[in-house]
Amino acid sequence: MPDYTPQELMVVCAAREIQDGEVVFVGMRLPLIAFALAKRTHAPNAIGLFELGLVRDAPSPELLYTMGDPPNILGAEWATRMVNVMGLLAQGRADLGFIGGAEVDRYGNLNTSRIGDWNKPTVKLPGSGGGADIASLAKRLAVILAHDQRRFRERVDFITSPGYGEGGNWRTRVGLPRGGPGAVITTLGVLGFDPETGEALLRSYHPFTSVEHIQANTGWPLRLAPDLAPTPEPTPEELRIIRECDPQGFWTR
Amino acid sequence: MPSTKVMTMREAVERFIPDGASVALGLALEPLIPFAAGHELIRQQRRNLTLIGPISDILFDQLIGAGCAHKVQAAWVGNVSEGLAHNYRRAVEQGIPHPLTVEEHSNFSIALSLLAAGLGAPYLPTKSLLGSDIPAQNGTFRQSSNPWTGDPLLLIPAIRPDVTVLHVQRADEDGHAHAWGSLGICEEAALAAEGIILEAEEIAPRETLLSDPNRVIAPAFKVLAVVHEPGGAHPAPVQGCYNRDHAFYREYHQQTRTLDGFHAWQEHWITGVANRQEYLARLGSERWDALAIKTHRYAAPVDYGY
Repeated sequence: MPDYTPQELMVVCAAREIQDGEVVFVGMRLPLIAFALAKRTHAPNAIGLFELGLVRDAPSPELLYTMGDPPNILGAEWATRMVNVMGLLAQGRADLGFIGGAEVDRYGNLNTSRIGDWNKPTVKLPGSGGGADIASLAKRLAVILAHDQRRFRERVDFITSPGYGEGGNWRTRVGLPRGGPGAVITTLGVLGFDPETGEALLRSYHPFTSVEHIQANTGWPLRLAPDLAPTPEPTPEELRIIRECDPQGFWTR
Repeated sequence: MPSTKVMTMREAVERFIPDGASVALGLALEPLIPFAAGHELIRQQRRNLTLIGPISDILFDQLIGAGCAHKVQAAWVGNVSEGLAHNYRRAVEQGIPHPLTVEEHSNFSIALSLLAAGLGAPYLPTKSLLGSDIPAQNGTFRQSSNPWTGDPLLLIPAIRPDVTVLHVQRADEDGHAHAWGSLGICEEAALAAEGIILEAEEIAPRETLLSDPNRVIAPAFKVLAVVHEPGGAHPAPVQGCYNRDHAFYREYHQQTRTLDGFHAWQEHWITGVANRQEYLARLGSERWDALAIKTHRYAAPVDYGY
């Protein structure tokens, strides 16, 4: 068995999506740690936007259970109103956004609203939060969720956060100004997207799993990216930083 | 002349939030959630409320479980550090305690709804949510196009709450209020509403509030009631006053999985206490003290002189 958890590897994968100097719309949970990890390793000049109205150029000094925890406000570059931060997103000033989801489909559409019949759902999920806005308006989207057949569906019942819709030029057709998912980071691997068709492709598989296992846990025939490779393992330095950020393992164990 | 705005939470809710009212609350997202006001609504058994907010970190779930709400206009109803909201699920999936009308929003669309109302505008346009199923489910948005370019646009209609409830660090007797930290859509909701109820950690002299008018969050003339309610946001955090009680959210999540579990939780924390002071006494000083600010960090003073 590896000496790290799937969540720790997901944090590492999420951090690697952040390029130095990028403006990142940081979501809830694992991305809170991924932002801190990226800042302390390869992306020291990344800027974090938080939808409740925060801009930070340094990670919070303490583990965050929510983006509104007091340590996240201390030392912020700007503490303001949500519309100002959402306005930056709407203008196209966010290079990368992170969101989670309950279900994702073949074209990277996410459902965090309702499973089953809209009017009589079998599961009422909490809803969009800022997820649908980030998926609509960020230049690039990274999605984080657990990988199983129940969550990876041919079509989601409800598109909360738009991916590539029905594929092809769907985003342009419906009027979205830019963006779309670049990566889906899961407990088993990382999916990318075919630039022509918008279909999800398996880009890497985590070292403790296999391509067959991932395909068996995906609700459609998952195609493989031409450069498919194993996910690079976390470095000792990355693991040290993650465990420093989350010493009790609240999010990562 | 003595202020007529300072009153208890019981009186504020009795006078200004009748059955059927639309109420915006929890507007700073995870911090500054006015739980004291929400719990008083439950004690007074308000019915048919419309709840308006961006996310609601368990407060809407409690109001729904107690049967106070008939409609929710929100982007997210759940428990931010723990996950799903059990009462919200029971209401939407099974009609328990009664059916609930939900108009799904995103954080930006609810913000635009309130901003529009605050601007006196009928709607605001956005490119967000084009292609999402949220507009179809919500039913109040309109798909349109930019009159200059023809590009698709979504029109988000104004929402004007009857009352916006804000938890703030300090207020004076006239309703001037200072709040700090990230403010989410507090200002938009305060400007959109017919009236504002403030619950404040501290009642300070008017001179203190007016010494920093840039920090005043809303026009005092819209404020209906000022309630001195220290600890009124617990378990949510208040910058400079107390931290978030993460364990409380976990306990709520675990103890409200079943309807009976929620009823027991509600009896213990809401209906079994008369007011916020009794709630805090039940919480206990040891637990309360553990949430205290560890190191104070004061901002530099600013000079308004001329």
